[in-house]
Amino acid sequence: MRRFFAVLLAAGLAVLPGCGGTGRTVSIEGSTAMVLVAEALREGFAEREPGVAVNCSGTGSGAGIEAAVSGRCDIGLSSRALRDAELARGAQVHLIALDGVAVIVHPSNPVAGLAGTELTRLFTGEVSNWSELGGLDAPVAAYGREAGSGTRDAFEAAIGAAGRCIYTNEYSSTGDVVGNVAANPNAVGYASLAAISGSVAALEIDGVTCTTASVRDGSYRISRPFLLVTRAGAPLSPEAQAFLDYARSAGAAAVIGKAGAVPIRSFE
Amino acid sequence: MARRPGEYAMKTLFLICGLTAVAFVLLITGYLVLSGLPAIREIGLADFLLGDTWDAANPEAPRFGILPLLLTSVYGAAGATAIGVPLGFLTALFLAKAAPPWLARLVRPAVGVLAGIPSVVYGLVGMCVLLPLLRERLGLPAGDSLLAAILMLAVLILPTVISVSETALEAVPREIEEASLALGATPVETYFRVTAPAAGSGVAAAVALGVGRAIGEAMAILMVAGNVANMPALLGSVRFLTTGIAMELAYAPAGSLQQQALLSIGLVLFLFVLLVNVLLSLALKRGREGD
Amino acid sequence: MRAALPPGRRLRNALARLLLWLSAAAACALLLLIAGYIFFRGAPGVSLELLTGRDSVLEGTVGILPSILNTLYVIAASLAIVAPVGVGAAIYLTEYAKNRRLAGAIEFAAETLAGIPSILYAMMGTMVFCTALGLQRTLLAGSLTLAVMTLPTVIRTTQESLKAVPRSYREGALGLGAGQWRAIRTVVLPASLDGIVTGCILAVGRVVGESAVLMYTAGLSTAMQDFSNIQGLMRASGATLTVALYVYAKERSDFAAAFSVATVLLVLTALLNLTAFLIGRRAPRREGGGHG
Repeated sequence: MRRFFAVLLAAGLAVLPGCGGTGRTVSIEGSTAMVLVAEALREGFAEREPGVAVNCSGTGSGAGIEAAVSGRCDIGLSSRALRDAELARGAQVHLIALDGVAVIVHPSNPVAGLAGTELTRLFTGEVSNWSELGGLDAPVAAYGREAGSGTRDAFEAAIGAAGRCIYTNEYSSTGDVVGNVAANPNAVGYASLAAISGSVAALEIDGVTCTTASVRDGSYRISRPFLLVTRAGAPLSPEAQAFLDYARSAGAAAVIGKAGAVPIRSFE
Repeated sequence: MARRPGEYAMKTLFLICGLTAVAFVLLITGYLVLSGLPAIREIGLADFLLGDTWDAANPEAPRFGILPLLLTSVYGAAGATAIGVPLGFLTALFLAKAAPPWLARLVRPAVGVLAGIPSVVYGLVGMCVLLPLLRERLGLPAGDSLLAAILMLAVLILPTVISVSETALEAVPREIEEASLALGATPVETYFRVTAPAAGSGVAAAVALGVGRAIGEAMAILMVAGNVANMPALLGSVRFLTTGIAMELAYAPAGSLQQQALLSIGLVLFLFVLLVNVLLSLALKRGREGD
Repeated sequence: MRAALPPGRRLRNALARLLLWLSAAAACALLLLIAGYIFFRGAPGVSLELLTGRDSVLEGTVGILPSILNTLYVIAASLAIVAPVGVGAAIYLTEYAKNRRLAGAIEFAAETLAGIPSILYAMMGTMVFCTALGLQRTLLAGSLTLAVMTLPTVIRTTQESLKAVPRSYREGALGLGAGQWRAIRTVVLPASLDGIVTGCILAVGRVVGESAVLMYTAGLSTAMQDFSNIQGLMRASGATLTVALYVYAKERSDFAAAFSVATVLLVLTALLNLTAFLIGRRAPRREGGGHG
């Protein structure tokens, strides 16, 4: 059916020359947590290949994987490990960095740290008032990401509550969670370490603060990979291949670090 | 008419232009029906329309019940209409009849500008002003709620309702108002008892446009509704038909049941809007005959 | 006579008048407060650097020049498609159509298109233009989708202004021996030009205000695009101003930038409205509803 409509439309729009041609453009789409890293890589890449335009759209990990596999973009961004079904559809992954998922609250919230079990209870709806955790007498607003988000998958898996979390609100990007937590003293949420700013406070989990160092040595346990996703067997355009090579090079590590993530190259 | 070959070519060309509109309606309708129906068949019409759980992205056991989304959209549109239409209509009555001319001349273009402001701009203001206000005033964990969305939609439809109602009120013939005044009614009584009923069909059009806009809006309410697919509660986080599509459109794998289910939501939304449109054109037609 | 009104009726009259004033005051105050709030938060951030700069993560700068250029691209591209098709359809409907049923079908189709929510256009654009036609998420795919979306606006406004051209103009031209197309081209179209331009401005207004469609079909990148060659024009992908506002507010929680973009959009909307108003005042037509 889709083929039929495609032919119909293609006939009507015959004026458009060479649809889907390989311009000197690389299109990237996926995890909103990775957009900062991808934007930083874009800027770093532009210094080497000034003629190539790199476009990053933050839509979500699931969306990025889907877009890469279906050809809607050149390179997908995923901030979680891929599912078997996604690998079976021809997705190929390239690890570029690690990232911590920080648990964030409003700066005015007196709670500074939680045990892992308390965190699980907080997000599965068993705690409804901050006073139960030693905080103020105020209702808890648990903010999470939408289904399909890599951050949500990684977070729920790390606290042992995959698919069991009950959210007050769901937001469709990393920055949205940060912005809404910053605006609500009752809120608790989770977001990529790379996206944390001074407007929110990160909680210690089991006594460990989420930092580049604690993510790198593994002592902070809520972390996940930053992956670039391509379609296996389908050769990339020369520009996209050059970008991929650059993103995995030692030279890009500093750029990735500057965007707040933990570059994989720095381990070597 | 087509005496010369050039004439005939131009006529054909213009006909093709006209048929483009028809082609696109057929394309969209066909696409929604053909891609939306299989999912409804697979899920089951009753489970789809009356199921109370929407969990389409669940890899193990996805659930595709759109009742929470459907009810939220209905409540949202009804609430927004209940607030926005009376307020907008009375404002229009004021501008058309009761206001000093200089004031009406000042307000009218302002309403036009406000009608043109992008909905994300309203959404931004809602996020920054409305949500903290509701949270603090009502003691909620978070302000994102059906109530916030209803207020947002009421503001969004207000300029449309005002300008369409005003057009309808101004089209009311002066003679019947003068007759009413001559019979001893005061100006205010004339506005409410004569002018307003005479403009009824135009006001119906304003209502239909407002409802249509409220049902179809996505971005502004995405920013204030909380977006959890709960059964609607006035102070709880809710997901609309439109925001349901918006949240998952980019995620759904091509050809998956999830993508088809989104198309099914689209189909439901489309039928909704079509119904409102038919009512609108009926109202307009009756108005034209009434003149 | 006024003095002879019984007190109960006088009270009801006063109350009704009060209700009118109060409703109008509430509606106007609400709308003005919203506009005022946007200016209050956004205007201080609008600077030359913002308007002519670019976003950089490495240097920590925010600039919306790419988004402005993307907006202009989408306006130009969608107008280039929708203006000829929409005007052509309106010419067919008012000047040529003899078959009432066919004309009715076209008008019904245009009305239906006008009522379809933008999220459905977003869905259609994603699946048809981006995926099936292989355009990916590009400004071009977004422009094509918006052209479909604004088609009814252009058709309706053009039709109204064509109808306002007196019959005698056409009869005069035809009587002098002109063919129908020649009569349309030399007499009817010039006389209705104001209305056509107004329709295009309304279409531009919808393009500037649209966000849902463009988010899904044109991309979210705020990087500078390469518009210097045909390949670049085909493949350029990014955020227009409304989408950039969404990206700043929701994805980067940079509300200062978001409110500045909102201020720019507010000014742009006011300018577009003013232009349409000035042209509309020149045009003779004064009938039909201005809804949409």
